[in-house]
Order: sequence, then C-alpha cells, then structure tokens
Amino acid sequence: MRFEGSTNYVATPDLKLAVNAAIALERPLLIKGEPGTGKTMLAEEVAAALGLPLMQWHIKSTTKAQQGLYEYDAVSRLRDSQLGGVDGGRVHDISNYIVKGVLWQAFEADEQTIILIDEIDKADIEFPNDLLRELDRMEFYVYETRQLIKARRRPLVFITSNNEKELPDAFLRRCFFHYIKFPDKETMQSIVDVHFPGLKQSLLKEALQVFFELRDVPGLKKKPSTSELLDWLKLLLAEDIPPEALRSQDRKVSVPPLHGALLKNEQDVHLFERLVFMARNNR
Amino acid sequence: MLIDFFLHLKAAKLPVSTKEFLTLLEGLQARVIDHSLDDFYFLARATLVKDETNYDKYDRAFAAYFKGVTEIPGLEAEIPEDWLKLMMQKHLTAEEKAKLEKLGWDKLMEKLKERLEEQKGRHQGGSKWIGSGGSSPFGNGGFHPEGIRIGGKSAGNRTAIKVWEQREFKNLDDSVELGTRNIKVALRRLRRFAREGAAEEFDLEGTIRGTAQNAGWLDILMRPERHNKVKVLLFLDIGGSMDDHVRLCEEMFSAAKSEFKHLEYFYFHNCIYDYVWRDNHRRHSERFPLADVMHKYGDDYKLILVGDATMSPYEILQPGGSVEYMNAESGATCLARLLQKYPKSVWLNPEPERLWEYRHSIQILRDIMGTRMYPLSLEGLERAMRQLNK
Repeated sequence: MRFEGSTNYVATPDLKLAVNAAIALERPLLIKGEPGTGKTMLAEEVAAALGLPLMQWHIKSTTKAQQGLYEYDAVSRLRDSQLGGVDGGRVHDISNYIVKGVLWQAFEADEQTIILIDEIDKADIEFPNDLLRELDRMEFYVYETRQLIKARRRPLVFITSNNEKELPDAFLRRCFFHYIKFPDKETMQSIVDVHFPGLKQSLLKEALQVFFELRDVPGLKKKPSTSELLDWLKLLLAEDIPPEALRSQDRKVSVPPLHGALLKNEQDVHLFERLVFMARNNR
Repeated sequence: MLIDFFLHLKAAKLPVSTKEFLTLLEGLQARVIDHSLDDFYFLARATLVKDETNYDKYDRAFAAYFKGVTEIPGLEAEIPEDWLKLMMQKHLTAEEKAKLEKLGWDKLMEKLKERLEEQKGRHQGGSKWIGSGGSSPFGNGGFHPEGIRIGGKSAGNRTAIKVWEQREFKNLDDSVELGTRNIKVALRRLRRFAREGAAEEFDLEGTIRGTAQNAGWLDILMRPERHNKVKVLLFLDIGGSMDDHVRLCEEMFSAAKSEFKHLEYFYFHNCIYDYVWRDNHRRHSERFPLADVMHKYGDDYKLILVGDATMSPYEILQPGGSVEYMNAESGATCLARLLQKYPKSVWLNPEPERLWEYRHSIQILRDIMGTRMYPLSLEGLERAMRQLNK
C-alpha cells in the first residue's frame, strides 16, 4: 500500500515518503505547516487514494482525550433512574450509557481506517500525553465495563498542528514528523493546474508573480497562503479579469484587483496601500 | 554503521532519542525507501527531527556527516576505500544512457551480491565491475538508470545533495525570525487557566457526585467559567536608541495586546524613574507617578520590561542622571522598588545577546534584574516566559 499523490492533491516527494513510512510502520504522522498549506486535506486525500474510510476528530480547546475513546453518559442514566420503572432493566446495564468515541470506532472496524486528529495544538497541554498509550499500543481500557478495547487493524493516524502549543517529547517520539514548507513557484504552478485546469497561462503567470511579490512585502501580519491564492484565482475567473489588469503596461504600480481575498487584515491592506502609494510617488 | 550517524546528530545538539533511532532502523528494514541517499535524508528527518526549527541544524549535521563518508548504510559487504576514490568522470551520451538495460530492483541487488563475490581487485571504467566512473549499475560517479551508488562523493549527476545544502529551513531556526504570530505563540506559554468569578457553568461531574451522595435526589452544582487569568504589566522603553528596534517592539506589543486580557502598558525612556506615561504624544502633560502604578496593580501582575538598556551608567546610578528631567532618586532605586513589588519579572532586550558584555549599562541592569534579562528573540522569549511561570 503506497501513497503516490492524487489527481487533486500535489504531494512533494518528501511528503510522499513521510506518508509511506507512516503507512509501512503503522505509526502516527504529525503534520505541521503554515495555515492553508493543505494539512487537513492530506488525510482526506490519502483516505481517498487508498480507498480507506476516514474518521475525523476535530479538536477544540475544551476537548478531552477521553472523548476520543468513549464517554459515559451519566446524565441520561441519572434521568432514567429518577424516572424509574419506564425502562427499568436498561438502567442496570452500564454499557447502555457508554458512547463510543472516534478511536473506539476505528479500533473496532473490520478494515483498516484512517484517523484524522485535526489541530491537536488547540487542546489542553495534557491532551497529547493522555493519548500516549492509545496511539502507541492502539488499545485502551474501559473502566466502567472492565473491558480492554484493542485495535483489530492498526489504523493510520494523521495529526495536524498549527504550532500554537509545544507538544510533549514523549508524544513526539512516537510519531513521524513532516513540516509542509511553503510551495515554491513550480510546485505552486502544478497545484493551481490541478485546481483550475482551464486557466489561461498568461493570467496564471501574472497572478503567481503578484502573489509571490505580495508574500515578500515586509511586515505583513498574515502572509497569504495557498488556499488564499486558490480563492483569489477563483474570484479572478468569476470576475473575468484580463491578465493585463494585473500588471498594467504603463508600468504604473497598482493595487491588484480583489486583493481582499489575499490580505485578511485591515492593517495589512493599509500597509500595502501605503507602500503602493509610496512606490507611485517615487516614479 | 548508522550508530555513528546517530551519535553525530546527537553531538550536533539535535534532540534525538534511541526509540526514534530504532524506528528509523525499522523503517530501513521494512524497505520504506530504496537505497538512495536522497530518500534516506527524508526518512531520517521524518523519524528523528520533530520540530521544524531543528531542520536547519539537521541539514548541516547531515551534510557534514555524509561529505566524507565511504560507506553507504544498508550494504552488507565491506568495500575497500581506494576502489571508490573518484578517479575519473565519464560523461555518457544520451544514446549510451538509453542503451543501458534497466534491471529491476531485486535483480539488481542479487547481481550486486554475485559480483561482490566475484570481484577481487580495484576497477575503473568499464560496464560490469564495481568501481568508479563506469556505467555498471554499481559503483560511484557513473550513469545507470537504476544504479546503486556505493560510497564516495556525489558525481553531480544526482540532485540529492542539493536538498540539504540549500538550507531552506534556515529561517525557521529559533533564534532568527520573529513575526507577530511567533511572538503570540511564545506569549501563550504564559497562559494560566483558572476558575473564578460568578458560578455560571453547569458542573456535570459535581452534580452527579452530589446526586449520588444525596441518595439519588438531584443536587445541582454550578461553577465559575474557566479563563486565562494571567495579568501582565508591560513597560516599554521608547525613543532614542530604541528607534532601531521599533519594528520588533511593535510586533511584540501587538502580539501581547491580543494575547492577554489583563494587559497594562506604560512607556519609559532609557531607565525607569518616578514617572511613566501611557501616550507618547502627551508624555510631558500626562504622566503617571510610578508609586500610583504600583498601588493600583497588585503583586499578582507579571512584570515585563522591554528596553535595550543602552545608556550612560550615570543615568541608572545617579540621582539627577536622567536625560529628561531632574530625578530625585536614581533609576536603580526606582527599578529595585518595582522589582520588589513584582517578584515575577523579566527584562527583554532587543539587542543581540553577544553584545551585552560590551555595554556597561546592560551589565548593571542585568545585575539589578538578577540575570533575568533575555534577548527579544523567539528562543529568548520562551526562556523569559518559562521564568515568569516558575
């Protein structure tokens, strides 16, 4: 089983190698990278390419590791016991009130599955530590019913992080790690080709030029990333903007049309407009 | 053989562990990669390096290790070194390259073993034996579509070497780049979640426990919401020699402002005296006595001073030493008083750490701070936040 990229996701050779190593050794793969470089997309694409079911677990600041395993729904049990009589037998069997989490479902599945743990850094600092044994041995113990849940087939685990918190060393040691670096011009071109096959070459060339120049502007708070470029191109196509409009012939510097798709912060827009204004005055 | 590589990385101060090394060996055994140095570079990076800020360090260590290496990992036989010395470089034409038969991987390995047994002496050129510069699938510096490279320096036909010699990840090394986002992430280390204030949130666990203890009668418990309770008092040096660092300080300030709910900030010039101010345009008309500030904000505030600490020592040590007005008490006295009130305090200095020992005033302030002075770099900021958290 090997991942070789897919028709709508461009994977660089080092990324493919990291994914294949994780597949071969059945270890979790931790993916980091700038926002908007396709970290979450990767798990979806690998699942599609290998034909395996994908189970997603999106992490929030309130998520607990336990929720991925199972939850004991004490409230409905309490309610059932208070009402009494209605469904008497149900209350006595605790397993009626255990709700399976993503990891349990994946461990139980007959075929191999792919688990996506999205944005692990959003959770509490103890979260990764609580999952050490589960991800290493792929098993956990249910205290309420006193049973051991063990994975039938070790699932492939993809973990994404935006670097907002440092992950503990013990956790990192159990994972493969890959940092998706920002694509260079050629890779970017192939990414755009995948998403907009019919795009006029001249428009694409001008747009990429503007995009990479914009990324080089010093002092931007949030540099535009791949997903922003794709949104912008979509807008350019929808508005039917000719390539000449991006770079006017009379060498006048101008703010690119629809720049709102690229710059998401009013201070950045302001800074950019000021720079353009200064550049114009110098001519 | 690979143990040396592992120890080399360890010596290069990369945080590698034995478990990760075993994973790498397991990966090699499972044939995750072919025997190309290129793939080995990526596989070793994915298994051993878990932080992109270490990528550059890894690139340098890898280049240093594989520059003079004469053995490639994964090869069972010992090959005499002098065979492999790169003696000649044969440039094949495109036609000749096309002529080379493409052997499958398994066949190639089999043949290699056979030939290793057959072969006795040193060999160069030709198209069968292992040696250098030829067009046999084995050896170094040659050309074969699916060849195995055995030892020696790269012949320039490959692209592999470039990957680590480009050092693309240089600016991820933690001492260099400081963007708003990076600063925010560093400041986030200071978070302290606590529950205080009005009890508004339903405490499920507590309610269940209470109800059970109450023999089944509902006992509803509430608790206050959980939020970040860290409080920060920020003092920024402004004007004069700080103008060189204005961009860095702006970024630091904007990151801090969005990160902490309880952030109070004041400006000073060069050293803390008995007045600080909040708006630099009205610094002469609207001043806050330091004593008032200290009375208003309790000692649960954490104190962060940002300044380059570069001035004449008199400005710190002498009463009346301020360049702006006649101060009755010396800067050192005022600062000491401030530090006494706020035991959790650090000084962030935008000047690079290596310059500190050459400036007398930095030394003095560092002593007053009790060495809690950190450079305003990502790594320094992290150390400072750790200090504040202690």
